Amino acid sequence: MITKRIIPCLDVRNGRVVKGTNFEGIKDVADPVEMARMYNAAGADELVFYDITASFEGRALFTDILTQVASEIFIPLTVGGGINTLEDFDRVLKCGADKVSVNSGALRNPALIPAAAQRYGNQCVVLSADVKRVNGQFRVFAKGGREDTGRDALDWISWCVDHGAGEICLNSIDTDGVRTGFDLEMLDAVAARVNVPIIASGGAGKKKDFLELFHHKGIDAGLAAGIFHQKLLTIHDLKTYLNENGIEMRL
Amino acid sequence: MIAIIDYGVGNLFSLKSSLAHLGLDAIVTADAETIRKADRLILPGVGAFGDAMAKLEATGLVPVIQEQAKEKPLLGICLGMQLLFEKSYEYGEHAGLGFIKGEVCPMEPDLKDKNLKVPQIGWNALHIVRDDPLFRYIKEGEYVYYVHSYYGKNCTESTLAVSDYSIPVTGVVKAGRIYGTQFHPEKSGETGLRILKAFAEL
Repeated sequence: MITKRIIPCLDVRNGRVVKGTNFEGIKDVADPVEMARMYNAAGADELVFYDITASFEGRALFTDILTQVASEIFIPLTVGGGINTLEDFDRVLKCGADKVSVNSGALRNPALIPAAAQRYGNQCVVLSADVKRVNGQFRVFAKGGREDTGRDALDWISWCVDHGAGEICLNSIDTDGVRTGFDLEMLDAVAARVNVPIIASGGAGKKKDFLELFHHKGIDAGLAAGIFHQKLLTIHDLKTYLNENGIEMRL
Repeated sequence: MIAIIDYGVGNLFSLKSSLAHLGLDAIVTADAETIRKADRLILPGVGAFGDAMAKLEATGLVPVIQEQAKEKPLLGICLGMQLLFEKSYEYGEHAGLGFIKGEVCPMEPDLKDKNLKVPQIGWNALHIVRDDPLFRYIKEGEYVYYVHSYYGKNCTESTLAVSDYSIPVTGVVKAGRIYGTQFHPEKSGETGLRILKAFAEL
């Protein structure tokens, strides 16, 4: 039967992997190609790369890194960050990405979702949403979680799925970086609304957080960054633990 | 030399890279002569069946593939596997290349567990139902990576391996030296590379 997936996420700026807490206080961690090799060897089911560079040079460096990773690591690669147009999709797909994650670009121009799905297929389009509670409502935030769009997150996510998003990466700003567990309430709310795979992001601190996550219906994958980068948890240990606790894993 | 048939469908970067990683000589081509000279062929594919079949026909390569598939091993991957079938019911009814007896049908109405999602996206264990040289370097139950909404049906006599998705989903088919994998070997880690290696040695 299909397994749950464990996905390390690499935020890349100027050719280096960084990871912040609550999106602030970013610290340099390591070399992205080296880390990709390590995660592949440790049994990562997929890798996510976010390009958080603003400059043209940084972007070129990012596509070089992506090409290098895709030339030697043969598991699914998802790329996000700075995806605003179909040309951006094209640029990263040509460098070996399998799926492209859109966030602010889709908020600015929602038509990007159906256009990309039509050209590359729904399976290629991942909607990444940064969501935070505001006055008892789940709201979508833009610009790396800094700007409240005022949009209802559940309505936004449903709209994107109806228009071609083939997978959702749900990042809870409320639990991001706090390491006390995933935002299960938010994840349940999204899982009740859509029927495409959901990748949970934000809040993982220990193995048990993933076990709890996968006991929730409709959650397909768990994504984390800092806890893996800082080796607080190894992917192999995590997957072995989950498997021993009845969650099917690729080992 | 392995010819990867290029008909403008899908992303061939990983396929090309995975073969290069194995030290295999591969070329992405739409040229009939190159296809005739190759030792073996790979038919890739992503997207919708009707559209892909139309694009393949537009290249004029269908008769070349029909003729060359009798002479050398051919591997269809994902939609490329589905194209090997007689027909597909994806958005209407479309004729395929007809190498594999059976048809390509939507998974959703057939799933026993309605909580399972379509498309199936992820890693699933490959269960070998009939041993074959293609499995020379893998064991029963290794995991492979799937991304698909349709599957090969009524093809028992060609089926070499399946994966469980509350129904047995056709994973690998074979007729003569024509093979197809529903999963992506070029995205299935070490397991996938070992399947490609075995294909290159057929």
